[in-house]
Amino acid sequence: MAEIEGELAWKDLEIGAIIAEPGNTVQYKTGDWKSQRPVFDKSKCNKKCTLCYIFCPEGCIERKADGYFEADLSYCKGCGICATECHRKAITMVEEEE
Amino acid sequence: MATRIGMEVSLAIAEAAKLANVDVVAAYPITPQTHIVEHLAQLVADGELDAAYTPVESEHSAMSACLGAAAVGARAFTATAGQGLELMHEVLYVASAMRLPVVMAVANRALSAPISIWGDHSDVMAVRDTGWIQIFVENGQQAVDNVLCAFRIAEDHRVLLPVMVHLDGFHLTHVIEPVYMPEQSEVDKFLPPYQYPLPLDPDKPLTMGGFGPPYIYTETKKAQEVALTAAKEVVLECWHEFGGVFGRHYSPVEGYHSEDAKVLLLTMGSFSETAMDAIDKMRGEGKDVGLIKLRLWRPFPFKELRQAVKKAEVLIVLDRAISFGGPGGPVCSEIRSALYHEDKKPKAISIVGGLGGRDITVAGFESIVSRGIEISQTGSEQEFEMFGVRE
Repeated sequence: MAEIEGELAWKDLEIGAIIAEPGNTVQYKTGDWKSQRPVFDKSKCNKKCTLCYIFCPEGCIERKADGYFEADLSYCKGCGICATECHRKAITMVEEEE
Repeated sequence: MATRIGMEVSLAIAEAAKLANVDVVAAYPITPQTHIVEHLAQLVADGELDAAYTPVESEHSAMSACLGAAAVGARAFTATAGQGLELMHEVLYVASAMRLPVVMAVANRALSAPISIWGDHSDVMAVRDTGWIQIFVENGQQAVDNVLCAFRIAEDHRVLLPVMVHLDGFHLTHVIEPVYMPEQSEVDKFLPPYQYPLPLDPDKPLTMGGFGPPYIYTETKKAQEVALTAAKEVVLECWHEFGGVFGRHYSPVEGYHSEDAKVLLLTMGSFSETAMDAIDKMRGEGKDVGLIKLRLWRPFPFKELRQAVKKAEVLIVLDRAISFGGPGGPVCSEIRSALYHEDKKPKAISIVGGLGGRDITVAGFESIVSRGIEISQTGSEQEFEMFGVRE
């Protein structure tokens, strides 16, 4: 099951749907069902506290080259914990449809 | 040349598993199956069978352990019955979906409540849709033969599906029967070593039983359905070859004086033997009646069944299980469904009997046939009738 998204026909599957290519989980994006996403306001962030990074239960917030934090929306589930924990209120949860 | 010996059928099944040179037996004792795995434990303890014997804490674990064994390329065998089969229920689906060729003898037993250790087919019918190949046997010889065939069918690379061999609890498991036990050399020739195409191996890592999100689950089920349906050809091929080597022949649907009979009775398992006696008696009295024995339950042999019953006017199906609040006997309802689109078909009459170890004698089968014919002429107020129930 090398291809991940929607391409495989039933005849393409390995016997018993065995995944014969180790590590292909990285190709699977798990965050497509979230209803809200975090939006980071750099003007309010002090680049230092790292609380959003620490509290993210998915481990999908990372520090970018400029020192500010961002969530990888391919894996973020929109739980809002980062926004709740941020002391400076630099993170706002926005509806996905907006 | 095989020798004919008298042996308890449970022990004969264990000896067949030994002849198949199983690598792993994981089992939990439950009546009326216990003697099978008890004897295997003895064989391993005595050094007569080189296998890992795993006494687990439940049937759920027994089947799980067998899956693990089959996944690394070991030949795995277990046996269970009734409540035990129910307890391993969810793992049965995993075995077939992961295409692991475990072989299991099921000593068919009624389901609680009330507690019944005796035989019927309630346990089988509850696992009907688990995706296993399912074969019914009538006597000890057929049990031995079909345990051997089960390994060969299951492990065929065109199949790779688990197989259940159904034998009636007590009526078969606890009786001593004359059995031809094949020679080890004959079995070795008939049954090649087990080789799983993609075994678990630390040097070639792979994932079995992975995550199946909505975009792929349907495809996995289609592949599984195609595999089970296609397995029938391999079952036929195996039985054909077995017949050539051992001289005993099996078919998905077997007839007894059924060729031109107007009235047919259909049975599964050990009751077929009594039913044959009943057919002999009725034919002796000039009655135009024959017997159909359904041996292959999954994959269901649609073509063979339609062919076998197409000339009959009445088909009386004896079910040893009830589908509560439904059409009565699960077997009869499938047969009605299989015949629904046929232009010419017999009236299928559903009779439920032989529950929880209650015998049906020759006289009993005569009554079932009489009542079946009556229902076919006058109809019945019920979807099915229960035989021998006290009003």
